[in-house]
Amino acid sequence: MLAAFFSLILRDMRLGYAQGGAAGLVIAFYAITISLFPFGVGPDAEILARIAGGVLWIAALLAALLSLDRMFQADFEDGSLDSLTLGPLPLSLVALAKALAHWLSMLLPLVILSPLFGLMLHLDGASMRVVLIALLVGTPALSLIGAAAAALAVAVRRGGALIALLVLPLYIPTLIFGVGAVEAVSGLGSVSANMSFLGSLSLIFAVLGPLAAGGALRLALE
Amino acid sequence: MHWFANPARFIRLADKILPLTLPLTVGLLAVGLYLALVASPADYQQGDTVRIMYIHVPSAYMALFCYMIVAAAGFSTLVWRHPLADVAGKAAAPIGLAFTGLALVTGSLWGKPMWGAWWVWDARLTSVLVLFFLYLGYMAIWGAFEDRSKAARAAAILALVGVINIPIIKFSVDWWTTLHQPASLFRADGPSIDPSMRPPLYVMLAAFQFYFFTVFLWRIKGELAAIRLNALRYAGEAPRSASPKEEQP
Repeated sequence: MLAAFFSLILRDMRLGYAQGGAAGLVIAFYAITISLFPFGVGPDAEILARIAGGVLWIAALLAALLSLDRMFQADFEDGSLDSLTLGPLPLSLVALAKALAHWLSMLLPLVILSPLFGLMLHLDGASMRVVLIALLVGTPALSLIGAAAAALAVAVRRGGALIALLVLPLYIPTLIFGVGAVEAVSGLGSVSANMSFLGSLSLIFAVLGPLAAGGALRLALE
Repeated sequence: MHWFANPARFIRLADKILPLTLPLTVGLLAVGLYLALVASPADYQQGDTVRIMYIHVPSAYMALFCYMIVAAAGFSTLVWRHPLADVAGKAAAPIGLAFTGLALVTGSLWGKPMWGAWWVWDARLTSVLVLFFLYLGYMAIWGAFEDRSKAARAAAILALVGVINIPIIKFSVDWWTTLHQPASLFRADGPSIDPSMRPPLYVMLAAFQFYFFTVFLWRIKGELAAIRLNALRYAGEAPRSASPKEEQP
């Protein structure tokens, strides 16, 4: 069962980087979204440094959202999802594996690149470290919550726009604690408390997300 | 609870209850509005603006109450496959959305003279706004599916994910506002409410509650009628289009 779990993760990651995979697009989307903000609020270094934490987080949220409808849709359409139900993994673990693959292939590259964008937004070194760790701890929650919404949307034809409505309200706590950790560097509140909440969100949704996604997938496959 | 599972029996029961709740709603609302708008004293600080509270507080309470109904309905859809539960969830959601909207609008109307702004990113305003979005998502799921039983279960899953999230969202938003805002804004939720203002508030709460039950039963009856109509239409059309090629299992 463990072998099936890991091979599913590897398969999804390979698909993400294969031709027609979305990983490259998501990184480009992240970069472009961030570079829109200086146009929106002006190139003033102080303002940019002030909002950089929030900008990086919101761009990550939107990038995660953009890539969510691919999590199950293609596998549902070509029947791979049906054959996965015949394997040893229960559907909730299939969802967990796919959520982890989504995080590893779509969001982890963004997290690794985020210091570069932080630099462009004039974020200082101490804040940059915190942003990097906060994204690392918090973004798994985005994939895990997203798995549930993506699975619900897969049963609906053209569910793409629906995902945004379902998932963005549920992303708010992650955003709050993620940005809270960065703000804490300049004195408001505690970095470690925010980090702990981010970590606990990721852990809570590691259980809830795949459970809900499993139920929704069962519905889609009927 | 499975005694209600028979729609015809439920409708008979609803028809017995409705003649009680409807006059109660109208009566309580009339008394409540008179007490709230005419008979109760104006606040020594807020003046007549305080009267908005008699609409606002019951709306905000009903916004949460309806979500609890939706979530409980979702739970019994998924766990017991109770045939009326999904109807109840679908019936309660738009009422909840309306109360949530009413709470936001009245809050905004109260905020303008009191806080000097139509909208403040206060913890409770923000949480209620998120609740509004959760209702929209729940109703969007209902609208997105063609197959009714699938829509019911998908909506139920979303309602349960939402109800687990409500405390998390509430907590995180509280945390966020204590970070961003000075505590001076929270003057209004400090002291306990004056005794003279309690009766109108209680009457209005009861009126809203009975309003909910009345409209809720109406909407369930309507939904059951729609299901029955669909089934009849399907049964009526089936023989006509019964060429062997088109027949689907």
